Amino acid sequence: MSVDAPLLESARPAAGSIPRRPRHLGRFVLPAYSWLVIAYLVFPIVVMMVYSFNRVTAGLQLVSFSWNGFTWQWYRQWSNIPGLTSAFWLSIRLAIVSTVIATILGTLLAIALVRYRGKQFRGKAGFEQILFLNIAAPEIVMGASLLGLFVTFNVARGFFTLVLAHVMFSIAYVTVTVRARLSGFDVALEEASYDLGANPLDTFRLVTLPLIMPGVLAGALMAFALSIDDFVTSNFVSGSNVPFPVWVYGASRVGTPPQVFVFGTVIFTVGIVFALLSLVVSKKKA
Amino acid sequence: MSEPSSTSSTPGSVNVSLSDVTKSFEGVVAVDHLNLTVNDGEFFSLLGPSGCGKTTTLRMIGGFEEPTSGRIVLGGRDVTYTAPYHRDVNTVFQSYALFPHLDVYENVAFGLRRKKVAKSDVRAKVGAILEIVDLPGYEKRRVNQLSGGQQQRIALARALVNEPALLLLDEPMSALDAKLRHQMQIELKSIQSRVGITFLYVTHDQEEAMTMSDRLVVMRQGKIEGIGSPQDVYDNPATEFVATFLGASNLLSGRVAGQLGDMTTVTLDIGATLEVPTSRIPTSTVGSAIKVGVRPEKIRIHAGGTAPSSGGNTLRGRVRVSTFTGVGNQYLVETSAGEDITVYAQNIGEELAPRSGEEVVLSWPTEHTFAVRPAENQISSDELTS
Repeated sequence: MSVDAPLLESARPAAGSIPRRPRHLGRFVLPAYSWLVIAYLVFPIVVMMVYSFNRVTAGLQLVSFSWNGFTWQWYRQWSNIPGLTSAFWLSIRLAIVSTVIATILGTLLAIALVRYRGKQFRGKAGFEQILFLNIAAPEIVMGASLLGLFVTFNVARGFFTLVLAHVMFSIAYVTVTVRARLSGFDVALEEASYDLGANPLDTFRLVTLPLIMPGVLAGALMAFALSIDDFVTSNFVSGSNVPFPVWVYGASRVGTPPQVFVFGTVIFTVGIVFALLSLVVSKKKA
Repeated sequence: MSEPSSTSSTPGSVNVSLSDVTKSFEGVVAVDHLNLTVNDGEFFSLLGPSGCGKTTTLRMIGGFEEPTSGRIVLGGRDVTYTAPYHRDVNTVFQSYALFPHLDVYENVAFGLRRKKVAKSDVRAKVGAILEIVDLPGYEKRRVNQLSGGQQQRIALARALVNEPALLLLDEPMSALDAKLRHQMQIELKSIQSRVGITFLYVTHDQEEAMTMSDRLVVMRQGKIEGIGSPQDVYDNPATEFVATFLGASNLLSGRVAGQLGDMTTVTLDIGATLEVPTSRIPTSTVGSAIKVGVRPEKIRIHAGGTAPSSGGNTLRGRVRVSTFTGVGNQYLVETSAGEDITVYAQNIGEELAPRSGEEVVLSWPTEHTFAVRPAENQISSDELTS
C-alpha cells in the first residue's frame, strides 16, 4: 500500500477534480433488473384485476381473454354465483379462525423454544426438527395423510377438519417469525417487570407481548395468507363444503365466472392493505 | 418522594440478612455459604472481580435466582423462595432494562400502577422522583431518545419511586464513561442519603465502592474475604486478596519470629525484621508463614541511605524506577533480595526526589503495618484487573 502511494499521488489530477468512476452501466442495470422482477411477480395479478372488469358479450358468463370493453357488472353482481359466494365466506371464516388459533399456539411455542432449554424443555431439538419438517414436507403428503387419518378415525370432513389442517400447517410459520423477534429480546426487561411488582401474566401482557407484537402480527398475516389460498390440503379435507380455492379449481375445468376475478382482486387488495399496516406498526415499534 | 420512606426503617436495624446462602449452577458453586447482614439506611457494596458471586448474591436477594441452600430474610420476613413481584425490593439493572415501548412517564409509573396507586398520586410521585434524578419534564420522552446517563437516571427513578425497603444496584455505572461515572457516584450517594433507602450496590470497581459505601464486602470465589467500612477494609485488609484487590499493596513474605507485648516481630524472607501490631496479625504462632503489608502512600523514602532516628519499620533498597506523576512521585524500590516495593510520595516540595539507582531507606510507622495469611489459591491477574 505504502509503495503504491506515490504512484497514486502522481496519477491524481489537480486537487479539487477527483475523477469519477464511470457509473453509467450500474445506474441502469439495477433499476432495470428490479423492475423486471417486479413485473414478473405482479403481471399475473394485474391480468386478473384487469379482466375482472372485462365485458362478456356472447354465450355463458365466463371469463374470456379477449378484451370486450370495461364494465362494473361483475362487481355489482359479485354474489350472483351461490356456490362461489358461500365458498368465499367459508374461506374467510376459515382463515380468521385458523389464524387466531395458529397465532396463539405458534407464539406460545416460540416463547417456549426461546426461553426454555435443557431440563426445562426435554426434546426441544426434536421439536425444532418437526417444525422444520412441517414447513419442508410436501403439502400433498400432509393433505393425503390427514385425509387418511380423518377417514381412519371416522371424523366427518368439514369446517372442523379444515381448521385443524390449516392450524397445523400455519403454526410453524408463526413460530419461526415470532422466534426471530424474540431472539433479540433482553430477558432483563421481563425481570424488570417482575421486579416492579408485575406478576407473570401482567408481564406478558404489558411487556413481552407489546415488544414481540410486530413478529406476532407478521406471523398472523402469514397464517392468514397461507390459509386463504390453500388448495392442496383443503382439497383433501374439505368434504362437501369447499373453500374458495377448491371451488375455483373445480369451476375452472368448465369455465371460470368473472366473479372469481372479482374475489381474487378483493382478497389481494385487502392483503396489500394489511401488509402495509403491519409494516407501519413494526416501523413504529422498532 | 416527599417523605423519605414509608417503610419503618430505623437506622441500625437489620434490613436484609443472608444466612449460609449457597448457590450452585449445575455443580459449579457461585456463592459459597455466605453470611451477610445489611442494616437499614446503609449504602452497602458487594465488591469483587467478575465471577466472584456478587451479582448472583444480588439476584438471589432480588428473587431472580433461588438459593441452593440457606435463608434470606428481608425486613424480618423469610423471602428465600418468594417471587420477585412479591418482594419489597427494586433493582437498577446493569443494562437499565427500560421498557422501550413505553415513554419515560410510563416506565417510571410502571411499579406504582402495579400497586394500584391512585392516578393523581402516580403523577405527583413520578414528577417528584424525576425532580430528584434531575430530569424534570422528561415524562413524554421515549427512552431510546435518552443518553446513557439519562437512561441510568430513569432506571434509578423507576426503582426508587416505589420506595422499596431495599434498592439493589447491579453495576449500574459500567456503561458510563469515566467522567460521567464520577459525577454519578457523588450524585447517587447524595440521592441515597436524601431518600434514606438502603442501597445494596454491586461493583467490580474498588474506587467506586470505596467512594460511596458506608460498608462493603470484598468477595472472591463465592466467599467474603473482607467486610467493614471502606477505610477499615483498606487499612486493615483481612486477607491477601483484599490487600491486593483494594488498591496497591506491598506484600512481603516472612515468618512470625516472636511476640513482644502488643508488637509481633516478623522475619522477612529477604532477611530484614519488621514489627507488626499484634492486633493486626492473624496469627502470632512463632514460625507460621505470613505476609507483611504496607500501603505505598504510607512509606517515606529517605535519600542517601541514612535511616531516620525515630522508630518504626525500615527497609533498605535501591531506587529502580522513579516516575513523576504530577501529584507526586512513584518509586519502585528494589530490596536486597530483589523484591520490588512501590512507594508514593506526595509532591509537597520539601525533599529532593531520589533518582534511579540511588540507595535509599524506606520507613513507615509500625501502626501502618498489617499482616495477612498467604492466599491458599493463587490470585490470578485476571482477578485484579477491573
